[in-house]
Amino acid sequence: MQPHSPVDPQDQPHVPGPSLWPVGFAVGVVVLLVGLIVSWWIAGLGALVALAFAFLWVRDLTVGTPLTHTPEVPPESPTGPALPATDGPAAMPLSLSDERFPRSKFLELSTLGLGGVIGGIVTAPALGFMIAPAFLKQGQKDHDLGPLSDFPEGRYVVATYMADAAQGEVSRRTAYVRFNGQQNGQPSFSVISNHCAHLGCPVQPNGPLDEQNKKQHGDVTLIPTISIAGFGCPCHGGQYDTEGNRTSGPPVRALDRYSFSIRNGRLFIGKPFSVSHVDGAGASAQIHKWKLSFPGEPVSGLESWLYPIQPPH
Amino acid sequence: MATRRVTRTEQLQQTILYPVDWLEERSGLVGGLKYFLFRKVPGDINWFQTLGSATLTAFIVQALTGSILAMYYKPDPNSAYPSIQHITNDVWAGWLVRGMHRWGASVFIILMFMHMGRVFLFGAYKYPRELNWVIGVLLLAMGLAEGFTGYLLPWDQTAYWATVVGINLNGTAPFLGPFIAQFLQGGTYINADTLARFYAIHMLLIPGAIIALIGLHLYLVVRLGVTSPPWSREAAGTGSIIPSRNGGRRGLTRPRPRRSR
Repeated sequence: MQPHSPVDPQDQPHVPGPSLWPVGFAVGVVVLLVGLIVSWWIAGLGALVALAFAFLWVRDLTVGTPLTHTPEVPPESPTGPALPATDGPAAMPLSLSDERFPRSKFLELSTLGLGGVIGGIVTAPALGFMIAPAFLKQGQKDHDLGPLSDFPEGRYVVATYMADAAQGEVSRRTAYVRFNGQQNGQPSFSVISNHCAHLGCPVQPNGPLDEQNKKQHGDVTLIPTISIAGFGCPCHGGQYDTEGNRTSGPPVRALDRYSFSIRNGRLFIGKPFSVSHVDGAGASAQIHKWKLSFPGEPVSGLESWLYPIQPPH
Repeated sequence: MATRRVTRTEQLQQTILYPVDWLEERSGLVGGLKYFLFRKVPGDINWFQTLGSATLTAFIVQALTGSILAMYYKPDPNSAYPSIQHITNDVWAGWLVRGMHRWGASVFIILMFMHMGRVFLFGAYKYPRELNWVIGVLLLAMGLAEGFTGYLLPWDQTAYWATVVGINLNGTAPFLGPFIAQFLQGGTYINADTLARFYAIHMLLIPGAIIALIGLHLYLVVRLGVTSPPWSREAAGTGSIIPSRNGGRRGLTRPRPRRSR
């Protein structure tokens, strides 16, 4: 007896039941294709995986495993007699909307999800390309400033040099270098950055330069000062003493300094660091050293809590 | 004789209107433009309400002159300043276009603030236009960022040091400030990439965002209608003589005009 069915079986969409085997098949095909480029045994592995999953998939389709749950009572056949559970064809769901998780919903979510994934795959490298180079490989290379004899004792020398010759003049930096004489048998230097601790303008020595004794080798220029009373910033009037301590104006800390090293009798300028203040002067000065911070950021005291993390310099 | 002349006029009109009708039938663009340009506004609006259009005009001038300047400008530390000199001194009318862009920038910023002041004093930021105020504030921030990034491009001493100060000002923002500053200059110090970075932000990233936001801004203006001045008898939400279909909010939201078809 053919039971009455509200939906003509011919009109039912012939969709295969849900199956996870195609996923494995797809993975196998991808591995196979990658293997064709990379090496033959990966291709073979991919082929094996694809074949195995293809077999399982085809078996599912042909054997006709009841993959969907049959509703206990067909909801749209109130007139028909109750069906024995063993009757074959009626065991399929009668309409797609009865599914707990309808196909349209799945397609909607997968479209959004795939779109999101594709968008992310495209956006992430582009954003990284925009942001990462500003934070990676920022280290300063040591730079040769010339023989120790170029630095007279007790006088600042205005030293400018190109930090990166490939970039040219844009990488030119200025440091104020003073030879403090010998300290425990080692030559002592004060190497002060010209970046104002207020907002980064170039501080100038408050005193005349000895232009006659200007020296130039390579990209380095050395101009000794005659006698200076400290440093001053032309932008907003910050003033510093000869050790770089702030004496007046808006700066929030002392001038930054550079580490230095001496190789074969030549002075090398090293990595910059920030200084909160300097006690004493010259070779015996106590420098309160901090991690390099941007101008305008206090490195000590309560306000320094506003800048807990510094980007890699 | 007279009838013949009329027919001729009609024929002429037909000929002129034919492409317009052709476009309208296929896209509805003509009707859309008419709807945008000839929409109903309160009867007692005044000249202060043209400040928004003036700002838009200033932006269009900036976009056009900027695009043309980009044909001669070279965003490279070694050639930026010479290329500016070239534009100003050698290229025909270069001084004029550069001057329009340079002074137009100030005009754009000033007009944005005046427009903002008008909206504030007229109370035009109130319900249901709060979102448009927020978009306007974003546009103002974008406009100021345009001013900041554009200022570096001449690559002279003023530009360079003003940008150093500007970047370090960003650096003093709590917590994220150092990262913003380092992102802006593309490293620990100003370097060869900084200029190109500012150029790209100045003429691609921010203008794109501004154009999108202006579109949204105008959409909301058309959708919500223009506010009456505060002294208007048709003040927002009150004074409706004829009961309107949307619950008496005559000054706030106007019913959509009836479609012609």
